[in-house]
Amino acid sequence: MNQRLTNTALDLAALSKRAVNATLRAAEAGRFDVLNPNGAHNLACGLEHPVEVTIRGHAGYYAAGMNQRASVTVEGNAGTGVAENMMSGTVRVAGGVSQSAGATAHGGLLVVHGDASARCGISLKGAEIVVGGSVGAMSGFMAQAGTMVVCGDAGEALGDSIYEARLYVRGSVKSLGADCEEKEMDQASLAEVADLLARAGIDADPATFRRYGSARRLYNFHVDDAW
Amino acid sequence: MCGIVGLYFKNDGLAEDLGRLTALMLHEMRGRGPDSAGFAVYGAREATAKLVLLDTTGAVDWAALAARLSAALGAPAEAAPLHDHAVMRVDGDGVAARRWLIENAPEVTVLSLGQSIEVYKGVGDPDAVMERFGLRARTGTHAIGHTRMATESAVTTAGSHPFSTGADTCLVHNGSLSNHNRLRRVLHAGGERFQTENDSEVAAGFLASRMREGDTLSAALRAALQTLDGFFTFAIGTADGFAVLRDPIACKPAVMAETDDWVAMSSEFRSIAVLPGVEHAAIWEPAPAEPYSWGKAA
Repeated sequence: MNQRLTNTALDLAALSKRAVNATLRAAEAGRFDVLNPNGAHNLACGLEHPVEVTIRGHAGYYAAGMNQRASVTVEGNAGTGVAENMMSGTVRVAGGVSQSAGATAHGGLLVVHGDASARCGISLKGAEIVVGGSVGAMSGFMAQAGTMVVCGDAGEALGDSIYEARLYVRGSVKSLGADCEEKEMDQASLAEVADLLARAGIDADPATFRRYGSARRLYNFHVDDAW
Repeated sequence: MCGIVGLYFKNDGLAEDLGRLTALMLHEMRGRGPDSAGFAVYGAREATAKLVLLDTTGAVDWAALAARLSAALGAPAEAAPLHDHAVMRVDGDGVAARRWLIENAPEVTVLSLGQSIEVYKGVGDPDAVMERFGLRARTGTHAIGHTRMATESAVTTAGSHPFSTGADTCLVHNGSLSNHNRLRRVLHAGGERFQTENDSEVAAGFLASRMREGDTLSAALRAALQTLDGFFTFAIGTADGFAVLRDPIACKPAVMAETDDWVAMSSEFRSIAVLPGVEHAAIWEPAPAEPYSWGKAA
């Protein structure tokens, strides 16, 4: 079956971005192809219904931002802030992504098959992120809840000032950020990584990952400092 | 904000399209910098030095200025005006010509000096600036462009990018520096001459000064990481290529792409999407604090 024939095509060479986004937001179901994205910003943002959207090319900034329930696939790369503040649903990127991927995302699953650059999962609030490649500096900065699985390496200051998010990295970690420490890779951790890899469609051995999280030694973790 | 682009050809096949493709790239960056725009085109290497000059008063007599410069240098000089710019060709020491103009002709700003570089810039819609200075018809090996959203100094033609302080060297900048005033004084004491209050001009002057003292381009870029305080993504044009440098925090965007025929950088992928063969390009984001350079002498 040729999926392209059954999907509704929205061609940015012919339609305005506003029209494309309005069509996607209005749809309560269905499958859509966004053609000729050519790095356009803010594609497929704020979707609230379980539609399936495939961006056939490279997306610009904030692709699939604020997503709820929709399933958005970018066949190329995505720019800054892909799936930022996602609430639910799934965002998959075949290529690499720029900075702040999944920033502040509350829920849902973000899968990046290539690399993610700096600040991936910054201020993560509950979403799950799986990166097939490596992540840049300051990833997981102040991440509060949720999980990030990195199949490659992590850059400087991983998990700086992290709260309760769980970070898993298979490769090297250039340095840990303030108050981030390596944790035991227990059975629950192995199961969590196995589940996320399976849902991401990435073949890797969960036992090869290391887990990182908060040492809970920063100022705000001391009860004497609470008021 | 600000938008920056760079395009370098790895062979001669696209030389005739340099201006057209650079204009397409820069057009995509209009939204990032609607204040003003500028570009540097590296065309065929000429036997003599050429300086691109900007008339800041609207009253420059180019022939008279050429005569004064010629008399001072003891070398032939000829000016070819284009709107408020002129290309001054000097059959003599170009560095001396630049210095003489800065010290003796306050009515002009020296935009570039070299044997292949020509810099043009203007205030207003980037498309109009490109049209005014005929970017689309220009040919050559590589080009650097900039659309400006001013933050650190006034919106003027002289304050637009690219900045060029060394022969066939120029720089465009997205970001802002915080130690440029002190650095300008230090560089001035060392003989560097600046023509604006702009922070990016100081970065251009810093690199030019290091390379004049013997640094390679990549050594100068590494020195810049140690010395410059602030936010920056730079694209730097040199006689035979271009380089890209981002500060260690790298909050100013950059994307690069390469095919068998060209290497390109831009603030955003939109500009790269217009290039021929982009569907087969390797595309990546340059890492923070890591110099990238292309060219025969890179």
